[in-house]
Amino acid sequence: MTQALFECRDLTKHFPIRSMFRETGRVHAVEEVNLSIPEGQTVGLVGESGCGKTTLARTILYLIEPTSGQVLFCGDDVGAYGRKRLRAFRRETAIVFQDPYSSLDPRMLIADVVGEPLAIHKVVYGEDRDSAVLELLERVGLKSEHLYRYPHEFSGGQRQRLAIARALAAEPRFVLLDEATSALDVSVQAKILNMLTQLKAEFQLTYLLISHDLNVVRHLSNEIAVMYLGQVVEYGTRDQVFSVPTHPYTRGLLAAAPSLDPDDRDRPREIALEGEVPSAVDPPSGCRFHPRCPNRKPECSEVRPELVDIGDGHLVACIPE
Amino acid sequence: METREGLLVVDKLKTQFFTYGGVVEALDEVSFEIRQGEIFGLVGESGCGKSVTASSILGLVAKPGRVISGRVLLDGEDLLTKTQRQMNRIRGSRIAMVFQDPTSSLNPLFRVGYQVAEPYIYHQHRRKREALVDATEILSKTGLPDAKEKARNYPHELSGGMRQRAMIAMSLTCEPDMLIADEPTTNLDVTIERQILDLVGDLQREFGTSVLWITHDMGVVAQLCDHVGVMYAGNIVEKADVRTLFREPMHPYTIRLLRAIPSAVTSEEHLEEIPGVVPRLVNPPTGCRFHPRCDQAMPVCSEVKPTELEIRPGHTVACHLFGGGGETA
Repeated sequence: MTQALFECRDLTKHFPIRSMFRETGRVHAVEEVNLSIPEGQTVGLVGESGCGKTTLARTILYLIEPTSGQVLFCGDDVGAYGRKRLRAFRRETAIVFQDPYSSLDPRMLIADVVGEPLAIHKVVYGEDRDSAVLELLERVGLKSEHLYRYPHEFSGGQRQRLAIARALAAEPRFVLLDEATSALDVSVQAKILNMLTQLKAEFQLTYLLISHDLNVVRHLSNEIAVMYLGQVVEYGTRDQVFSVPTHPYTRGLLAAAPSLDPDDRDRPREIALEGEVPSAVDPPSGCRFHPRCPNRKPECSEVRPELVDIGDGHLVACIPE
Repeated sequence: METREGLLVVDKLKTQFFTYGGVVEALDEVSFEIRQGEIFGLVGESGCGKSVTASSILGLVAKPGRVISGRVLLDGEDLLTKTQRQMNRIRGSRIAMVFQDPTSSLNPLFRVGYQVAEPYIYHQHRRKREALVDATEILSKTGLPDAKEKARNYPHELSGGMRQRAMIAMSLTCEPDMLIADEPTTNLDVTIERQILDLVGDLQREFGTSVLWITHDMGVVAQLCDHVGVMYAGNIVEKADVRTLFREPMHPYTIRLLRAIPSAVTSEEHLEEIPGVVPRLVNPPTGCRFHPRCDQAMPVCSEVKPTELEIRPGHTVACHLFGGGGETA
């Protein structure tokens, strides 16, 4: 295994709920997550809405300060960074957001949208900037004529290309793709996915991919972490998670995804997930999944299962049969 | 009930929007039929005319749009010749609709139970109190936990999945012959989506309702629908039963669309792309609207619009590759 670019150690993030200036509760958004992102790999993060995928990713990038635990970037604690080092860290990390309609400033020319990171991180100045921007635009399949246009003149797919060009401007080592293709049609999505694969090889990038679309995650990721209510319940390589899903939640999630084979509808589903994700304000005791788990045992509501290696680095947090 | 013809027959429906930028030819002679008790899937990418088809059927095309020609037959009656008043009686009782975003289609100021009960009061002239009792019952049929309590809640107190269940309950109140669902599971998580799909399947079997299910998700089509129509730029390019469509797609667009979806069988390195972009419908391509992006395009494709050709019973394709000729543009 290559060296870990990012490593989380017992990363926890709680958001206080205040009412009348007193803390009346806490949203347990991320709870003691241990996750490592190996350099040059794509780690997929899957789970239902509100399971803490985005909070975890933002905490890893230190856009949100963790309540407790550490984030290590190349072995150094990001929490201990001074201003200067943190700024350098910002340059090495980038994000592509879900909605390219709200992530680009409608009042800025494309040259400025894509060129802004270059100016902030003092990569290039003046006239060199436009040629640097142009080079980036060409990398994502846009042309010089697009340089002096505004975001509204572009389609959704083109906007997402712009967002990717902007993310890559300061030559980051790590890119967070937060539902980056979710708003796109399949034919546009296919192009963006191909481009992401190509750019990753070209710039030697490491991706953290957040998506609710299991097909997209399977397509891009080398390793996959499955989250449920703020905790990682299963972690493994793509083949381990997709071929031998072990945690009941992972199995339920995979079974729920509509397959492209019409005959699958007649096959009995192994696990049908019932109900909805409970509130993270007052998460269930023990294993947080136990109220929805078809295989729950009495001890599941008492003991919180740890991630255990079931072979070849395939980690599962479930009390064994 | 006629069995020979479909319950809902859409015949050469043509809808256009008269905008300042020009005439948008949103639907160009769309035809399909849905038989009694069948789930028909209408699938395609954004802007291909799926939702316009639904609003044209219901007579809800907003200005500057207009249905230019064609027929929409519900049980033999042409809905396009009805007055607004007559349509108000039909909508909600004989044809019901479920929209994509349950948050904006529920009124935030009224309790969920009352909104579900409204069709009983409006269409069946029932008293409010008994309508509310029935509304609670139908809510619990849609799998809403504690339906009695939830009926007294306001929409914001329910989760997205629960609101969509409430919308489905509302649409089923008058036991409509036809249910039109426009991307009803698009904003939901896969697990909740699966629950809704199972629910619709069960209710459809129980009530025998016919369903027009509009979606961009091929997986949903594969798991739910009996027959499918694939739309591209205002045309239906291929129609078939669901198994045939996924096993032996014929139209170049359908074939390429299915290959562009990442799945267990597609290559990990590279997904097949469809070159070019979806055309604007102000000045759509002549002939076959897909020809500028089609790798098998022939000279005739840019000149003549292909007609639908039934290549085997129940499987029609609108493409010159399969002969059949066409009408000159």
